[in-house]
Amino acid sequence: MVRLTIPGPELMTAGHLGCPGCGATLAMRYLLKGLGPRTMLTVPACCWAVMSGPFPRTCVEIPFLDCAFEATGASIAGLRAGLDAKGVKDVTVVGFAGDGGTVDIGLQALSGSLERGVDAIYVMYDNEAYMNTGVQRSGATPWGAWTTTTPVGRTKPQEKKDIMAIVAAHRIPYAATACVAFPEDFVRKVEKAKAVKGPRFLHVLAPCPPGWKYAPEETIRLGRLAVDARVFPLYEVVDGRYTITRKPGKRTPVAEYLQKQGRFGHLTEAQVAAIQTQVDERWARLEAMERMTAEVRT
Amino acid sequence: MIPVRALWADVPSSEEKTGTWRTFRPMIDRTRCTKCNVCWKFCPDVAIVIDGEGWPVIDYEHCKGCGICEVECGPRAITMEKE
Amino acid sequence: MQRMLTGNHAQSLAAKLARVKVVAAYPITPQTTIVEGIADMVASGEFPCEFLEVESEHSALQACISAAAVGARTYTATSSQGLLLMHELLHWASGLRVPIGMGVVNRAIAPPWSIYADHSDTVSQRDTGWLQYYCESNQEVLDTVLQAYRVAEDLRVMLPAMVTEDAFYLSHTFEPVDAPTQEEVDAFLPPLEMPYALDVDRPARFGSFMGPDAYMEQRRNVADGMEAAARVIPGVEREFAERFGRDHGGALPLFECEGADAVLIVSGTAASTARSVVREMRAEGKRVGVAKLRVFRPWPVAAIRALAAKVPRIAVLDRSFTFGFGGALFQEVRNAVQSPRGGPLVGGYVAGLGGRDIVPETIRAVLDDVLARDEPDVSWVGLQEVKEWSA
Repeated sequence: MVRLTIPGPELMTAGHLGCPGCGATLAMRYLLKGLGPRTMLTVPACCWAVMSGPFPRTCVEIPFLDCAFEATGASIAGLRAGLDAKGVKDVTVVGFAGDGGTVDIGLQALSGSLERGVDAIYVMYDNEAYMNTGVQRSGATPWGAWTTTTPVGRTKPQEKKDIMAIVAAHRIPYAATACVAFPEDFVRKVEKAKAVKGPRFLHVLAPCPPGWKYAPEETIRLGRLAVDARVFPLYEVVDGRYTITRKPGKRTPVAEYLQKQGRFGHLTEAQVAAIQTQVDERWARLEAMERMTAEVRT
Repeated sequence: MIPVRALWADVPSSEEKTGTWRTFRPMIDRTRCTKCNVCWKFCPDVAIVIDGEGWPVIDYEHCKGCGICEVECGPRAITMEKE
Repeated sequence: MQRMLTGNHAQSLAAKLARVKVVAAYPITPQTTIVEGIADMVASGEFPCEFLEVESEHSALQACISAAAVGARTYTATSSQGLLLMHELLHWASGLRVPIGMGVVNRAIAPPWSIYADHSDTVSQRDTGWLQYYCESNQEVLDTVLQAYRVAEDLRVMLPAMVTEDAFYLSHTFEPVDAPTQEEVDAFLPPLEMPYALDVDRPARFGSFMGPDAYMEQRRNVADGMEAAARVIPGVEREFAERFGRDHGGALPLFECEGADAVLIVSGTAASTARSVVREMRAEGKRVGVAKLRVFRPWPVAAIRALAAKVPRIAVLDRSFTFGFGGALFQEVRNAVQSPRGGPLVGGYVAGLGGRDIVPETIRAVLDDVLARDEPDVSWVGLQEVKEWSA
């Protein structure tokens, strides 16, 4: 019998309404394994608002407060204040929101909670579009991706919003990226976040079969490719210091990642090359941040 | 007195038998399985449990047949078979 | 203890006396001194609470809802645009059945920008399931905040409550206020009990989604809570009067309505003006009276009907504007008292918007008009003729 590499106990229950192969459900599953039962979640409108099924069902074994779409950052502030007022100090407050609910409509409340130093963990699970409403583009949708509001012929001309840079600008104690294809790394980061006080932020890549247009069994493979092709680097920002937590050995061409997804199926060679350049430039910049912040705190 | 009907939802989602969604079901060949737990690790539906002897066991009431376990199984001990 | 307080400081003092545990608020004129007063008391240590200087009113109310969801007594305050920005969350609070106290300084809605007295902000939120009280004095403000928590937190009610005060007339005007002691308030207002407070020892989801098979019953249950409030309010007011010696008259305090030919229904500080006009007119032999609408939600249908059974003419003064036939208060009064068997003639009058002063002449004109007409109608009082608009 092989030892488990992530905690065994489950705080998520089967019977949820996630699509087969849903990356967002793995994001929650691993998050809860890292946090344990003394945790309270607040979740805005997103796929996870539907996951449990209708009233009176729930698929997580911890308190789960629904909140308004814009307001996850405010909801965690309220939960923390209420618990503090009642003298409850050992419960972790977590906001768990989608990419649209964070980088677009939720950005103000997130920024407010980071700036005010709210003691809570904000997790953005990123399937790179408004998936719950049927795959409309968000600020986190990557350049060139098909969505229903950026259909072929008018695919997204803007690059993906760099939420980690925005978060890091608030100078919070801990921020990190994670991917459901690397659960050990993800859980380690959750445990690290849990041990810190103040605002903490996790950006988790959560591949989505219907939205990215791939067969459900490929979710983990795609997540690995996203990281190893350097499209979604895994790194931490600890008190302003950048550390890349996975440096892929071989250079995986970005084409290998893009080819597996129908949402990129229309890309020309020139566009794929442009994406490769973007990815390489961003990786180089990330490495530079790592070197620079080793000496100087940002 | 009409009591407040608070939106308090505490019935476990396991009531929903999502196994009915499946087209393919995973079959584990114990002659090949090495009890590495990778299938358990990557199941989005919490539909694989490790039994007392370390064998992964599929919860067919809830498994949606996504096929991640077949793809990720190193020893290729899992096969997706048509329902 | 007698103190000279503005309406705003009556609010902040009441929040302190109510032992509010979480305050989340965003500044807006003329509410600002409520929250500044709270900030001072938090800094001095006399008001121990979690004080969140949030980045918008929308976030302020969400923070209060989430804090209330774990069982903390919460307070916020706003006006006008801030209240409108909270709109979505006003519904969240009542739908989740979390009691919250909110002070609203009634201020006009933009555009154009106006910081002055107008009830359109809170009246336009009458659909959101909040209790609404309209105060005419700073004493009433302080007392009503305390009462509102008792009603809101009653287990038959469990709805959030607004306590309103007119911009500048009350918010920034000093009046003598008898401030109760902490012990007196503690005896009247026990700590909040939330039977469905979120707790890691009994995990549940709070919010959910529902299909057409269940949603309607859920809304009916919320409506039941508002109806329960109508039954709970008189008892709370009675107990308050017994303990503190002040009776604010319930949902619809009457003045000189006995044997009246016409009664004016009005909310807020204009009620004070109306009473002095009624005294004058009565001295002239005109049989007129004033019914102050103190509680707008729950709508005091029984009190309105009881009044309507005794008077042939009712004038309703709306210090707010809506695009239906007459102001909102007029519509609701008329709706409550009209029946196929007849009912009093009800006239609707819009006045005092955007801080336009409601002077004695305004009140007199309204009462004279309703005494004279045979057909119900709606009109705007005190509109000046506009000679030219620049293009």
